[in-house]
Amino acid sequence: MEFFRGVNVDWMGKAKYFVSFSLILLVIGAASVMKQGLTYGIDFKGGTEVTVRFANTPPTSQISSELSAAGLPNSEIKPISDPADPKSKNDLMISLEQKGSEETTSLDTNKQTLVTVLYKVLGESAQTKPDFNSASPAEIAAYLTQKDPLGLGAAAADRYTQLATALASSRDSNHGGVITDFSQLNSVSGATPAVTGALAGEYSLSGFAIRDAETVGPTVGAQLRTQAISATLYALGGMLVYVAIRFSGGGLLRISTTPGTSTFFLWKWIDYGIFGLAAVIAVFHDVLITLGLFSLTHYEISLTVIAALLTLVGYSMNDTIVIFDRIRENLHLMRRESFPEVVNKSINQTLSRTILTSGLTFLTVAVLYLLGGQVLRAFSFAMVVGVVVGTYSSFGIAAPIVVVWNKFRGGEAMRAGSAADKRVPAVARR
Amino acid sequence: MAAISNQLKYKFGFISAVVLACLIGIFCIYQDGLKFPASVTQLRANLADRILLGLDLKGGSHLVVQVQLQDAIQQHLDQAVDLIKEQARTKNITIGDVSEASGTEILVKDVDPNAASTFRDMIANQLSDFTLASAAGQTNGYLLTLPPTAIAALRSSTMDEALETITRRVDQLGTTEPTIAFTGRAQDEILIELPGEGDPSRAMAVISAGGQLQLTLIGDDQPGGYPSEAEALAAHNGVLPAGTEILPGKASSATTQGAPTTVYYVVQRSAIVSGQDLQTATPEPSTTYPGQYEVHFVLSNAAASRFGPFSEANLGKYLAVVLDKHVELDPVIQGRMDDNGEIQGNFTEDQAKDLALVLRSGALPASIKYLEQDTVGPSLGADSIRSGVRASIGSVIVVMIFLVIYYRLSGVNAVVALLLNLVILVAAMSYFGFVFTLPGIAGVILTIGMGVDSNVLVFERIREELRNGKAPGSAVDVGFEKAFLTIIDTHVTTVVSAIFLFLFGTGPVRGFAITLVIGLVANVFTSIYVSRAIFDLHLAHMKRDEVLSV
Repeated sequence: MEFFRGVNVDWMGKAKYFVSFSLILLVIGAASVMKQGLTYGIDFKGGTEVTVRFANTPPTSQISSELSAAGLPNSEIKPISDPADPKSKNDLMISLEQKGSEETTSLDTNKQTLVTVLYKVLGESAQTKPDFNSASPAEIAAYLTQKDPLGLGAAAADRYTQLATALASSRDSNHGGVITDFSQLNSVSGATPAVTGALAGEYSLSGFAIRDAETVGPTVGAQLRTQAISATLYALGGMLVYVAIRFSGGGLLRISTTPGTSTFFLWKWIDYGIFGLAAVIAVFHDVLITLGLFSLTHYEISLTVIAALLTLVGYSMNDTIVIFDRIRENLHLMRRESFPEVVNKSINQTLSRTILTSGLTFLTVAVLYLLGGQVLRAFSFAMVVGVVVGTYSSFGIAAPIVVVWNKFRGGEAMRAGSAADKRVPAVARR
Repeated sequence: MAAISNQLKYKFGFISAVVLACLIGIFCIYQDGLKFPASVTQLRANLADRILLGLDLKGGSHLVVQVQLQDAIQQHLDQAVDLIKEQARTKNITIGDVSEASGTEILVKDVDPNAASTFRDMIANQLSDFTLASAAGQTNGYLLTLPPTAIAALRSSTMDEALETITRRVDQLGTTEPTIAFTGRAQDEILIELPGEGDPSRAMAVISAGGQLQLTLIGDDQPGGYPSEAEALAAHNGVLPAGTEILPGKASSATTQGAPTTVYYVVQRSAIVSGQDLQTATPEPSTTYPGQYEVHFVLSNAAASRFGPFSEANLGKYLAVVLDKHVELDPVIQGRMDDNGEIQGNFTEDQAKDLALVLRSGALPASIKYLEQDTVGPSLGADSIRSGVRASIGSVIVVMIFLVIYYRLSGVNAVVALLLNLVILVAAMSYFGFVFTLPGIAGVILTIGMGVDSNVLVFERIREELRNGKAPGSAVDVGFEKAFLTIIDTHVTTVVSAIFLFLFGTGPVRGFAITLVIGLVANVFTSIYVSRAIFDLHLAHMKRDEVLSV
């Protein structure tokens, strides 16, 4: 089976469509960033973010007003249910800003305030009994050993530790961390009515469980942001150097010796380094479009999203390199075709590989987006967008840049500068 | 039909050895010799042992603390000032004002010119890490500076001590397999990971507690303290007795229920007993105040030999039990105390346990501040594993189906290479002891997608060469040869990105970088060496005019 036999598309002629499409996306993205900015996760913003699972629909507005009353007025409450996971339909992500100076407030304070508010709102403010939904296996084991509902006598500690771990595990894996009735634990082996009865006697059941709580001090956030930006820029810079050297065929290293087609030194540098420059511009364009879409969709930018961005930088580079490799090879073989024709042919020859690889990678990250769960959602969104944009940017942005530069430099400058012609004497070049 | 060459046999031998090594790395544990799993449950147990999970998959708490190193430097300077004054007294050197001129300098004014050499010798012996110079613009003045090397040494030793103390405390908390390590660029941060800890607030309190215990005398025989600092000063006509300082503390009636009010005590500066002199500290139910707990401590022999005579000499006076510069109690010295005592203070059982723990592990050399705290509950961890594994299996299946349909028999070749790639990846993680995080699982999925690219590059080239009329064997040769450089190129750029990610990222992001790099490196092996071997095997079995299935 083969999709792309004998393709012969004039890519450089169609370049303007790709460039316009990109420009539109960039403008929309820029507008969105200017209007609503980027949503930063607390990695960069600082503050406290708590994910809470509720047994029933959570009283969001009540929680919000209670938080204000408790001294945390700027809290944000966002439902974050995962369409692929029905148990998550009542999940909320609650963001609390970092209050007070770092010296005075303990990092934990806001989270404790939230817990108090939640207990109050869900009607268990008295908290006379400890909450089973937030009890650790060790605590449950200690209680059961002391109470000994199975009548095992003195050496029961091991047995109860095992049982407690099984109970907690069932609560966490099967019920998402929140049980509403102790009878839900009946399926655990060893959980006789005596055991569940003993638990019911000691523990209450709040209607919520904290899945994840993250607190980041404000100075750390700012630091991470600077680091993220510099890491991205360094990576791009590193790649620029690598690709430029690979594709200049040593031209960058003997730049001053070529008989002058132009007296302007900078142009010569770009002549030799244009492949690297074009590749980096294309990758940069990919990152900008992805960020613009993040702004539009309000996905949070966290450290893992930066990881996705750096990965798509690498991926988009790959894609561009494959095409440039072929162009370089063909420049050597096809002496009679014009430069744009060579580029077109190269893209057509590698089209099969390009579509296949990006198609397969797209499929895998799409599976990740759909099935990978809430925590990875922003990351997989970045990858999905990145794969699509990174693929077309290779033949729609990077290759046209090289062609345009070649034209600007009088038609055959790229042939003169390419490694392919290193061995051809100056006479034959005309 | 060509015989299978020896070279090919060796290739497959090598590949089988690699596969075996990987399987051993994943499924067998090393416990007095290699142990193979005998049953399914044992298999799962071994697997759980070998495949290390990060906190975001296991559940637990991740804390980052910053050690306030400037505290340690300040303390060092304070001690130096005290030492200079004391030595000047004992050696009868007349000096003027001794004070800190800046964060790292001490100015000593008006040193008696006749005793200048004695002074200089004393500094050289006792405060050798300072550099001594004449103070500019001060006749007979000296400036002691702490040079950068000394500061760096102090910072480094403070960090080491802090790490040790925190490690002792976390160990005593009883967490399984905690991680405590230096982290961050500024070299003043410590990372603490507590797997399984769903609510770290108690651990956080224990870790950051100062823990500095001092037993000293109330400086003015005035029990109960003063309601404010001003009044304490006023009671002494504005000048405190020599060698004393004012410290806040609990009111004596703190043993009753209700909020303790803060009062101020005048206490002797030098302590007769400090935290280092404790041999043990244990929480015990209080006999004097039933229902409460107190901390019993036992002193080392050396300290006991000091404390005994001291208590005897000060009968009837008030002892101040000072914890982190806060007076906890001021009991009367009723009789000679040798080597044990109690700290009472309306403690609950947990509070007494925690205090005993902190005292046993020693005081922190400088205060610490929490920078970051991340707690993943076990339910989220379990869900994350489930989604991650589901997504991985989903991707593998999708890719496998496509490869076989599109490339036919060669597709099977690619599938084998892909599966081997994953096996090597997991085994490498296990052998190196790397941890799987949720982004790490995403890295595995990316390896699947990007790894297939290598095979695609080769196969497309082979198809092209076959189209151009080459024989199967030659087409395969040229295909691999032409594609090789491009495969290396594409892997290098992604690995470069991943290296930056590793350098700059934290736990979960590093996990992603690691799985991606290992996956891609393994991919070079499987897509070039292994795929080639399988092709060669197939070619050796192909009949004369058979078409290569690609």
